[in-house]
Amino acid sequence: MPFTPPSVDDVLAGLTDRFGTLDASVYRGQTRVVVPADLSFDALAWLKERGFDLLVDVTCVDYLEYRDAKHRYGLVYLLASTTTNQRLTVRVFVDDPDPTVRSVVSLWAGANWLEREVWDLFGIRFTGHPDLRRLVMPEEFTAHPLRKDYPLQGRGERHNFPVITRDHS
Amino acid sequence: MSIATPTFDTHGPEAGARSEDYLWTLNFGPQHPATHTTLRLVLKLDGERVVDAMPEMGYLHSGFEKIGEHLTFNQYVTVTDRMNYISPMANNVAWHHAVETLLGIQLTPRCTYIRTIIAELARISDHLLSNGAVGLDTGAFTFFLYGFYQREVIYDIFETLCGARFTTSYTRVGGVSHDFTPLVIEKIRAFIRTFPKTLDDMERLLTRNRIFVDRTKGVGLLSKEEATNGSASGPVARASGVTRDLRKDEPYLAYGDLDFQVCCASAGDCYSRYLVRMQEMRESLKLVAQALENLPSGEVNVSIDQRVARPTKQQVYSSIEGTISHFELSMANRGFEVPYEESYAAIEAPNGELGFYIVGDGTENAYRARCRPPSVPHFALFPQLIRGHTLSDVVAVLGSLNIIAAELDR
Amino acid sequence: MAVMPSGSGGRIELPENVVVSRLDALANWCRKNSLWPMPFSTACCGIELMATGAAKHDLARFGAEVFRFSPRQCDLMIVAGRVVMKMLPVLQRIWQQMHEPKWCISMGACASTGGVFDTYAVVQGIDRFIPVDMYVPGCPPRPEQLIQAIIDLQDKIQREGTITGREFDTVGRQLRKRALVEITGHAAIDASRNPVLQRELAAAAEAITSRT
Repeated sequence: MPFTPPSVDDVLAGLTDRFGTLDASVYRGQTRVVVPADLSFDALAWLKERGFDLLVDVTCVDYLEYRDAKHRYGLVYLLASTTTNQRLTVRVFVDDPDPTVRSVVSLWAGANWLEREVWDLFGIRFTGHPDLRRLVMPEEFTAHPLRKDYPLQGRGERHNFPVITRDHS
Repeated sequence: MSIATPTFDTHGPEAGARSEDYLWTLNFGPQHPATHTTLRLVLKLDGERVVDAMPEMGYLHSGFEKIGEHLTFNQYVTVTDRMNYISPMANNVAWHHAVETLLGIQLTPRCTYIRTIIAELARISDHLLSNGAVGLDTGAFTFFLYGFYQREVIYDIFETLCGARFTTSYTRVGGVSHDFTPLVIEKIRAFIRTFPKTLDDMERLLTRNRIFVDRTKGVGLLSKEEATNGSASGPVARASGVTRDLRKDEPYLAYGDLDFQVCCASAGDCYSRYLVRMQEMRESLKLVAQALENLPSGEVNVSIDQRVARPTKQQVYSSIEGTISHFELSMANRGFEVPYEESYAAIEAPNGELGFYIVGDGTENAYRARCRPPSVPHFALFPQLIRGHTLSDVVAVLGSLNIIAAELDR
Repeated sequence: MAVMPSGSGGRIELPENVVVSRLDALANWCRKNSLWPMPFSTACCGIELMATGAAKHDLARFGAEVFRFSPRQCDLMIVAGRVVMKMLPVLQRIWQQMHEPKWCISMGACASTGGVFDTYAVVQGIDRFIPVDMYVPGCPPRPEQLIQAIIDLQDKIQREGTITGREFDTVGRQLRKRALVEITGHAAIDASRNPVLQRELAAAAEAITSRT
């Protein structure tokens, strides 16, 4: 008899048994489950043991101007299984003034840079991250540019450089 | 510049000397010919042996995701062109695939086939350049020129198709900007006829070339577990034995109807990445040929009743539905019905899984347009691939990972 | 080249195989036909730059194909692609490492004006921070356009060049392009730790007052 992998619904039921009632929804065939910030690491570790062995992406959404938003930041963990090809999206909501969530680098090495990028662009702090530095912006940059209260054209940082003329060189 | 707490094995050549005393630091990039783009590496070297490497990125961070919050779904396609600039068509397809997933638009059969064809042509042109770059960096210049000549042929096809040879901006929500003309089909047919011969020539040049094999075999080893754990995808993961290919695993567009094989290798070194790419070009050519022969007739864009794709000039001037549809789509906030929802959709881009996480907020602009770039995990894997190899292997490994800075930094 | 006809007006008789010219013109002729480009390719334009050098377009026909990746060997910098905040100091450093005489081509819309990327990270035109001799429009420009730019630059060198490099004294021309006007109005910029910036700010403020 061929092996039939547990469906995403079964995994979700198991997750609810383990971590209490969780808010799950389906849109366009994609299952999303909201996990409290303090349980996120345990829930992701549990899911990794259950076959979601590929961390596709870690990203964040700033819900500052979003309709009916209850929280400021929504982290997105996109998980996939390389054996069953199922996908699951895990959402973790955090808020100002100190948005913090536990790092998953110890589970997936690939999370290292993805979490650094989220820290760089959104200012979400990942506790337990081995090397939480800015990834894409310069070290001396102070803002977190993908936050909604940061303007598209920046605050003049892009022109804060000395000018070299023909006389200088 | 400081290396983040490197851990070195204690193998001091002399008793009492600390191994750190024999190390020196080399800055590689961001402007270096072998990085091809703007990557930076800080290498810790013991003589010629690389002890540790610290890759750094961001030298081309241009705020793509921020700009995606200010452009409409149709406008943003121009920015995706400039994301992975050696296969812009694949990015166009990926972006509108994600938008159509969010909006729930069903494409016409002809459109899915057309998009499949151009995505596969983009894959061929990407692999030609990335393999060519590996050749170039290991001393095979002729191979690179052969590849670039065929890229020009593909550019020519794209130019005939949509007017731009490079930054194509070809797809639209619910369709494409131009339908295939007989001339385009003729040019693709000619390419299908002539390309295998060049591919054979290229394989004869390099695949069994002693120098090339010595430079790449056993270099930059990546195991299957490391690949999965490090979120690798695409040819890099498949060369390490991960059989994941979204074209097979989550068939999108027309891939479900077409016959092709997923190319895998198990060694996980630079040479097998080269082989996987070479073989994928043959499979892509097979896909293009099949899709072109089975190209369905009929409308290319979704029907004007749905009011998502811009109607043609003919429709605007000759039917009331076309006029209304064109008017509504041109007006701000009258066009698409965008849900307050979010979704992720990915395609198998030449470099790996290229996905977009889009948050809709009722307007025609995305509230958040996150791009999941395949290059980021690959570049993060670089230190563990290069440790223990020599300095001259750095360029071979970098070339075989095919890291595109614009897609890496966005 | 200006050639003085021999034997005219009873001046010095020259043998037939001697050509007389200005020294400037001779130097320009040498300089323009041995441009060694330094490809500062960052993004999409870099691929078109590669295409320009590759088989079909063959830049070698115009005497500027010797791409050298060491700035010390080059006299023409081709900035191909957008330059962002993190990259600009690198660009300036490489420009300063190049030997005189040197020229700069800003290839593509992004390098010239920022192009479609009017965002927080992208420098809105490299001419705000380094001198530029030739702008190539297009996003990206076709290889033919780049070749034309190189031909035009050769023309410019032949017409304007001097052996002492007097044509490079262009303080006034650079001044009006400065980005600093934009900076001075903004409180977010902290110049207290940057002496170079302080000097530039003072100079820019002075330039503004002297103009008004």
